[in-house]
Amino acid sequence: MGALAAETAAPLPAAANDAAPASRSLLRFITCGSVDDGKSTLLGRLLYEAGAIPDDVIATLEADSARIGRADRGLDYSLLLDGLQAEREQGITIDVAYRYFSTARRAFIVADTPGHEQYTRNMATGASTADLAIILIDAGKGVLPQTRRHALIAAFVGVRHLVVAINKIDLVDCDAGRIRAIETAFRSAITGLAFDSVTVIPLSARDGDNLAALSPRTPWYDGPTLLGWLEAVGVDGAAGGRGFIMPVQWVNRPDAAFRGFAGTIAAGSLAVGDSVDILPSRQTARVTRIVTFDGDLQRAGAGTAVTLVLDREIDVSRGDVIVAAGTAQRAVRVRTSLDAKVLVTGQAALVPGATYLLRLGTASANATVERVVHGIDIATYEERDRASVETNELAVVRLRFDRPLAVASYAVSQGLGAFILIDKVTHETAAMGTVLGEAASAHRPRLQLVGQSFEQAMVRTYGGDWRRNLVPATTWRLGSALLLGVVVGVLTGHPGYAAAAAAADALVRPLLRHLHRGLWSRWSARREAPLAENGGGI
Amino acid sequence: MTSPSHLDRLEAEAIGIIRETLATAERPVLLYSIGKDSSVLLHLARKAVYPGRLPFPLLHVDTLWEFQEMGRFRDDLAQKLGLDLIVHVNREGVAAGVNPIDSGSRIHTDVMKTVALKQALDAGRYDAAFGGARRDEEKSRAKERVFSVRTRDHRWDPKSQRPEPWQLFNTLKKPGESFRVFPLSNWTELDVWAYIEREQIPVVPLYFAAERPVLWREGTWIMRDDERMPLLPGEVVQHRMVRFRTLGCYPLTGAVESTATTVPEIIAEMRASRSSERQGRLIDFDSAGSMELKKQEGYF
Repeated sequence: MGALAAETAAPLPAAANDAAPASRSLLRFITCGSVDDGKSTLLGRLLYEAGAIPDDVIATLEADSARIGRADRGLDYSLLLDGLQAEREQGITIDVAYRYFSTARRAFIVADTPGHEQYTRNMATGASTADLAIILIDAGKGVLPQTRRHALIAAFVGVRHLVVAINKIDLVDCDAGRIRAIETAFRSAITGLAFDSVTVIPLSARDGDNLAALSPRTPWYDGPTLLGWLEAVGVDGAAGGRGFIMPVQWVNRPDAAFRGFAGTIAAGSLAVGDSVDILPSRQTARVTRIVTFDGDLQRAGAGTAVTLVLDREIDVSRGDVIVAAGTAQRAVRVRTSLDAKVLVTGQAALVPGATYLLRLGTASANATVERVVHGIDIATYEERDRASVETNELAVVRLRFDRPLAVASYAVSQGLGAFILIDKVTHETAAMGTVLGEAASAHRPRLQLVGQSFEQAMVRTYGGDWRRNLVPATTWRLGSALLLGVVVGVLTGHPGYAAAAAAADALVRPLLRHLHRGLWSRWSARREAPLAENGGGI
Repeated sequence: MTSPSHLDRLEAEAIGIIRETLATAERPVLLYSIGKDSSVLLHLARKAVYPGRLPFPLLHVDTLWEFQEMGRFRDDLAQKLGLDLIVHVNREGVAAGVNPIDSGSRIHTDVMKTVALKQALDAGRYDAAFGGARRDEEKSRAKERVFSVRTRDHRWDPKSQRPEPWQLFNTLKKPGESFRVFPLSNWTELDVWAYIEREQIPVVPLYFAAERPVLWREGTWIMRDDERMPLLPGEVVQHRMVRFRTLGCYPLTGAVESTATTVPEIIAEMRASRSSERQGRLIDFDSAGSMELKKQEGYF
């Protein structure tokens, strides 16, 4: 493109500025709170403090503030954010609005989302790609049920850093005791939720306290300013380190000579010459080229969009997952059913038996809701028995797919652990979900498995109508054990030996019999079981 | 391995969006407006499909009132890169005599851009149209999805937008429905310029300051690109160092006074700048919600 570049400009000199935008890191964050908490005001003020609001926009803001009639409070910073006309008129934020600003150290992408319970799904969407969440608490009101809900949703989508902005500190006269009490209440309210950091900052969005500069009104506060923390919080390390994972997004076959597998590396890194496994088919190949527009790479890391060429002709298509070969990538498993946490985003309830189109990574499959394991109360975090899951509700469900899929738990890989369910008729996005780790998902099913295996053991031992046979079987077992005890007692003259023998006869014999049968059935199952069993590793 | 920079992440995200469209759409098309965002979009599309050539056409809706330099740039680029370029003009609008001078900006934009775009999309039966719009341009665009569903009539309903958690896109559509796909959703104007510099992407020279014949009208500098634009009483053509932050129909596009003749100078100027990009676009000023209304009707 040299000729055209020369037409537009002489050869470009190197960037003169140290803080060139190209070298800055990126922080994605979300603000959660209700209209009354001053969430949009906080964000508008933050943009203003960062110098991100152009003069002509401020001029429009002054006109809008007067027209909509909240001018008595000075500049209404929230009007910078409430984008859609209906929202401006109603004074509420309905949808997710994205905002962009940058400082010398970082570029920021902000999702401004609604706070009301009916918009929980919008908040979850905004939070899903966020590194950090700001939860607003009105100092005059303290921790509310919605505060716990926002923290739960942030934890559900895996936000790593939480900032608790205790806003309107002037309402409590910037009193350290009151604000520390709110902090204590908050920390105990979110017990059980995992975050890398939880930072509590007292501030006033309207007046600017502790936003860009520490406020003289809170001399007792020794933490960072909000903007200072947003610039400093560590966000690297989320990707990389673990074994290589790349979902195949698109097969690039421009002509007969080239066949490459395009995708974005979800985790780990890859070098030319590495062996890889293709899932779910479990084929193995070696990487011969890592192709990009800017030239072939010898090594590529997480977050890079690449095109891989393999050393042999194998059947790979969109939705397959390329992982480091052998045992290097144990976190990815081929499964046809799993337990997941879902948030219902559609208008219709999620009901057992319903089948949806699942999108996980780049894969698609039909997914049937087998059952609702339990609902999760979004304000109290309590587990509840639920027959179905309504809009904006959270639950753990068991899903079954119509074909094996390569998945990982969400804690291990966002790329292979997050999914959406699409209504096949209305095409509405019915739910968003995260795959539970096997330890977590096994919690309830394991109890059920114990129940099942007890039932199965009884059937194996006493036959299909074991319940009816239970009384005669038990009396026979106890009777014969008692008789053995009497015989031992007579022969040894020791009541302790008699009791031990009776107990051993009553318990150990059925146990040994059960174990014996178990071993036989396991051996025969291994010979007959298909290779791609549910949950079977790679 | 160093962690990817801000621009690397935006680039990978955009390439991912383009590939997602190629994998799920039957007849994609790239809406090419000749502007800087379109130039970046085209560059990213070439990266996404490399080593292949673009497997879809570019569509330019020509209002016949755009700067002459834009047309030259478009034709040179298409020839140089061997692009499959479709240029569509609303001939009914031309026959009806619609133009920005006599019809006003609203009617001209509606007939020659919005209606023309729908005609071209219908004619090509395109089910996914890439656009270079960014969320930072305007308030109603801040809520636009990456994959934006349009009805059979190309209408946008801001109330029934699909959530896009984790960048997982619901690409299902009913017959007649289509998508507008915005790979640059998360880019800012500054990101676009920084990327143009890094990748040495050619852009129309109108973005760089030069002495141009301009006149002061409705609070901005308008360039008199040809004789079709009559002067109003009292207006005088002057030669001033100006550049354009956005490009479109010349009588509707305001210039800013500037001395920035290179990309780094533009970036430096933007850092110091206190005006938003769309300030130079007269069509957005009708009312606060005007862009939202245009979008609902099918404008980009």
